[in-house]
Amino acid sequence: MTAQGPWNTGEERISLREAFGQALVKLGRKYPDFVVFDCDVAGGTCTNLFRESHPDRFFQFGIAEQNMFGAAAGFASAGVTVIATTYAVFASMRALEQARTFISYPRMNVKICASHVGVDAGPDGVTHQGVEDLGIYTSIPQMTVLSPADPLDVESCLEAAIRHSGPVYMRTGRSPVPRVLPADYRFQIGRGTLLREGDDAAVLATGIMLHRALEAAEELAEEGIFCSVSNIASLKPIDAKLIKLLAKTTGAVVTAEDHNVCNGLGSMVARVLSTEHPVPLEIIALPDTFAESGEPEDLSNKYGLTPDHIAQAVRRAVSRKEGTDASAEEDLHRYRIEPGNRPIDR
Amino acid sequence: MRNVTDPEQLARISGKLRQTVLRMIHRAGTGHPGGCLSCMDLMTCLYFARMHIDPARPDWPERDRFIMSKGHACPALYAVLAELGFFPEEELWNLRKCGAMLQGHPDVEKTPGVDMTSGSLGQGLSAGIGMALGSRYQNLGFRVYVLLGDGDMQEGQTWEAAMAAAHHRTSNLCGIFDYNGLQGEGPVSKVMEFEPIAAKFLAFGWAVVDINGHDHRAILDAFERAEAERSRPTLIIARTIKGKGVSFMEGQACWHGSCAPSDEQLDQACRELEA
Repeated sequence: MTAQGPWNTGEERISLREAFGQALVKLGRKYPDFVVFDCDVAGGTCTNLFRESHPDRFFQFGIAEQNMFGAAAGFASAGVTVIATTYAVFASMRALEQARTFISYPRMNVKICASHVGVDAGPDGVTHQGVEDLGIYTSIPQMTVLSPADPLDVESCLEAAIRHSGPVYMRTGRSPVPRVLPADYRFQIGRGTLLREGDDAAVLATGIMLHRALEAAEELAEEGIFCSVSNIASLKPIDAKLIKLLAKTTGAVVTAEDHNVCNGLGSMVARVLSTEHPVPLEIIALPDTFAESGEPEDLSNKYGLTPDHIAQAVRRAVSRKEGTDASAEEDLHRYRIEPGNRPIDR
Repeated sequence: MRNVTDPEQLARISGKLRQTVLRMIHRAGTGHPGGCLSCMDLMTCLYFARMHIDPARPDWPERDRFIMSKGHACPALYAVLAELGFFPEEELWNLRKCGAMLQGHPDVEKTPGVDMTSGSLGQGLSAGIGMALGSRYQNLGFRVYVLLGDGDMQEGQTWEAAMAAAHHRTSNLCGIFDYNGLQGEGPVSKVMEFEPIAAKFLAFGWAVVDINGHDHRAILDAFERAEAERSRPTLIIARTIKGKGVSFMEGQACWHGSCAPSDEQLDQACRELEA
């Protein structure tokens, strides 16, 4: 899969976790006050780069995520921002209550950064594929949830997280991705970014699905379907205004995420659309199933997360754009509590 | 009212604050009286004799820190903080009420003097490690005290923390185990035994001091010994009596939680504590 178009500004691909490791080192120089906590996965999350560049600011907690999150809360309470790192499965489940009660509830300056998300985590299999993290973390009050799409986005999100006062959860990723964001891109918490214009439908993508969405848009343009593509790196707070504007201008929305279909980007967009401006919505996500071991590309094919799947979803969404269904309205009428209404025939 | 080192005076303060705690829980209608009474002498020694704090500056960066890991005993902490002037005494009578400063379990954002949100058992010691490391990292020189209950010892995270505290040589961390031996469903030995507790912490690399948790002199001496440690965290095993000071509450698991004294029980308890 090679992303096409103006967004693919170079051939070089690196994974979001490598981008995270490099950004930590770079931002470590710019912001001398934060520290990094690890649970014996520095090689996996790429915090090993920071350990080498700033050894006195790196703290090892061994394989004990619950204790690490608690210690991160305590350290932050003493006035120092903590970047607490592990894999998404452990961040979102093993140590969840610690994140909720000791980090988010008291609004500690702890930035939880997790790698190994989605089926992108690949060959290690289900135990190491974090496909529930967005739903879980967005359920926690006071938590900011970020899911960057490319190396520049990772650095920009991480810097925003460091500058933000309060708890943040940010996911990275394992397999190499192209650079898709322009050099002058700057992430803002709560803001989405429109990357490609198009009137027929709007695709909202997060994380590694963004470059696949751009590829799908390119494929669709060749057959005369023009969809916009937006990057939703801020899952919470989500950019309801952008979502509403896209719904109003295109009339059909498709979401794409490397996450379970329950309570991810699709669900969050559905909540905004259904309460603000309902239009047809198609959701590209893991179809509420555990995946399995395999190369990320094979798993994406098998579980419906490729550019082709996104393109098909756009075609479906566009085909659903016709006006209201008169017979449905008639049926719906019979559900009203009014004299003479009889139960509908099934 | 600070820097009280006379054990008899500390005992008088403890007796007074035990009455305050029971009045608070009586007014709230719910709470955990047994575990408040068992830790009261430890709390009094900590706050009136030991900790470097300033009620006028609850956010003073160099203050010593306290975490009530057994968060359900927070009325004991609130009574101490009000007595020291961290907030007005009137707040005590709104405990657990909607809109109140004093939550059912400690909230660092709502209550001046509370250093860490807590109440989900097994998590306080981890937060204490973070604070102790933060103190050392910034050369702030403060010490960290964590009050642990029987329930904390049954949570796995406490043992992760026991390992990490020794590994990181957090000698400025002092755990205080309010060992009253009774939990919600009865004696620890019947519910889930964790003995030998001293041997376990010693094996994890801690210094351990074993005392009578109602002997103010012994408590003060234990804090001295903890502060003298240079490379190990210290656990003070304070042997206490649940419901201490009130005849009908002492040693009764039924006074652990979700209960409040009736008007008559409160009167009797206060008479006994006055004596």
